[in-house]
Amino acid sequence: MSNLHDMFQRLGAAGRSALIPYLAGGDPHPEATVDLMRTLVDAGADAVELGIPFSDPMADGPVIQRASERALAHGITINNVLAMVKRFRHHYADVPVVLMGYLNPIEVTGYRQFATRAADAGVDGLITVDMPPEEGDELREQLVQAGIDPIFLLAPNTQDVRIQRICQAARGFVYYVSLRGVTGATHLDVAEVQSRIAAIKAQTDLPVGVGFGIDGPEVAAQVSRFADAVIVGTAVVRRIEEHSRDVPQARHSLTRFVASLRAALDGVAPRLKATP
Amino acid sequence: MMTATHTATSYSLPDQRGHYGPYGGVFVAETLMRPLAELRTAYEHYLQDSAFLAELDADLQHYVGRPSPLYLAERLSRHAGGAKIYLKREDLVHTGAHKINNTVGQALLARRLGKRRIIAETGAGQHGVATATVAARLGLECVVYMGSEDIKRQTINVYRMRLLGAEVVPVESGSKTLKDALNEALRDWVTHVDDTFYVIGTVAGPHPYPAMVRDFQAVIGREVREQILAVEHRLPDAVVACVGGGSNAMGLFYPFINDPHVAMFGVEAAGEGIDTGRHAAPLCHGRVGVLHGQRSYLMEDEHGQISETHSISAGLDYPGVGPEHAWLKDTGRAAYTAVTDKQALEGFYALTRQEGILPALESSHAVIYAVELARDMGPDRVVVVNLSGRGDKDVHTVAALEGIEI
Repeated sequence: MSNLHDMFQRLGAAGRSALIPYLAGGDPHPEATVDLMRTLVDAGADAVELGIPFSDPMADGPVIQRASERALAHGITINNVLAMVKRFRHHYADVPVVLMGYLNPIEVTGYRQFATRAADAGVDGLITVDMPPEEGDELREQLVQAGIDPIFLLAPNTQDVRIQRICQAARGFVYYVSLRGVTGATHLDVAEVQSRIAAIKAQTDLPVGVGFGIDGPEVAAQVSRFADAVIVGTAVVRRIEEHSRDVPQARHSLTRFVASLRAALDGVAPRLKATP
Repeated sequence: MMTATHTATSYSLPDQRGHYGPYGGVFVAETLMRPLAELRTAYEHYLQDSAFLAELDADLQHYVGRPSPLYLAERLSRHAGGAKIYLKREDLVHTGAHKINNTVGQALLARRLGKRRIIAETGAGQHGVATATVAARLGLECVVYMGSEDIKRQTINVYRMRLLGAEVVPVESGSKTLKDALNEALRDWVTHVDDTFYVIGTVAGPHPYPAMVRDFQAVIGREVREQILAVEHRLPDAVVACVGGGSNAMGLFYPFINDPHVAMFGVEAAGEGIDTGRHAAPLCHGRVGVLHGQRSYLMEDEHGQISETHSISAGLDYPGVGPEHAWLKDTGRAAYTAVTDKQALEGFYALTRQEGILPALESSHAVIYAVELARDMGPDRVVVVNLSGRGDKDVHTVAALEGIEI
């Protein structure tokens, strides 16, 4: 079983939600990433979502687009990102690391090659933004064989019959995209998200993470009342961008921010629920 | 003569999931899966719906100005010194390029689906103008995404779109050209998915776009078939079209797919030369990958990052190509080649001087290749080249190359 499974078991038993911040591999420069990942964990993250930079990030808003561009300006490749995970593993053996990216760089690497190398580096899960399960059988199979969880997205307009199909294909958790839009949008309707999560949970025992549009402690706390994981991307990347020329300063800023998210989540009463 | 259904006998791609062999498909973020499924259902329904087809045919005839002529270019043929060269005059339809065949169709679909807002991406601006045009006619809100680099080199089309009431949004990300405009249009669509119809301008993107745009553009090939039979009493030996995303080529090719004796040639942009790396010829010199919702040939680096492309014609300056072209290439049913900026300019001047027709720089790629092709063929042979657009929009570019400021 993957680190993700163990993490959700542990947190689920305590009635807690996982806090999963996102950052782009190689942003603001390649040497900074492992330190930034460690900073996130030290400040209270339960897992880290690490972006594989892509030249054409169609599902991302301007903040994460710029992070991708900064990383690509350093010539960051998939192998570089995997090397970062490997280095992170020297410090944290079982904190889950989930990669998030677009299909083309993975396709060029080769599905089997990618899965093998990612497993070797210590990757726990993969979110491929532009690969719905309908097109994903082959990659999914390679990931599962390598012991990596294929994580799929659910959207506000995903119909019930698809929710079922997607949850059957997914491992680790499913990622609910909380709004119609790109990463970093800010019109999250918490009540609507809550009712959608209830509908999803009626169809699956997999943990459900929520991301897109969670920009601070207040919304994070609200979402944690019903989501198994709270994923915060743009708000993290924005702080890295603000201090892109001063990584120690970026780490201070992230420490404060992630600690505030952690405190907000910890301030919520534990959920009573059956453990999976 | 212009019904939108095609009576293919053996060729029936794409399959149910939008695949052309290994190409095509639906590679998008989850939020777009539902609108794409709805679009597929609507498109399949209305392409069999007689009222819809009648409305489309009437619009194509009275608004677009179809059928466009098939013109025997006698002087150009003599200039080539071989086969007879016919020009399919898409440059003469409303807005000056074939793009309107597709936007008229998609706008009628948008209206049937109750969408009040349409969006589009554009490179050279021809598709943007064609979209803004139908939006004005149907009273729909229209937003066009265009790379800021393209905005600089296509000022006239930008102004035309604004005159037509469209909002033109400059795209500053990435290479600031067509591929980035497409990214931005997809981001808009994912954000306004409930009330917005995305009018893709070429035979690329997630299913059903490649098939739908092909079907709307196939009117070109159907007319050619009928017109050439009327004057030559036979089918052409070869059909030639330029290929960026590939919509004018697919529109010309598709009705001839089951006629093995009609050779099909797609002409990509070799830019400053294939060896320089500054080109836009994914079929000839790219690799297979996934971008903008589909699997097809792509211009990419060894790590799967999309490469910047170059062509003198903004309309061919795109790193991808429609998946059906990828399939036709692999199966050998169509042949693909590339000509340089310099050769395209030769085509531009040849047609201008020999026939008094200013071709778009995109179409000039096809013209010069048709001339070379015709040269090696006997005088009893027939070549049809798709003159996909007129060159008025490119006069500034050509003048600048001559060192003349207009």
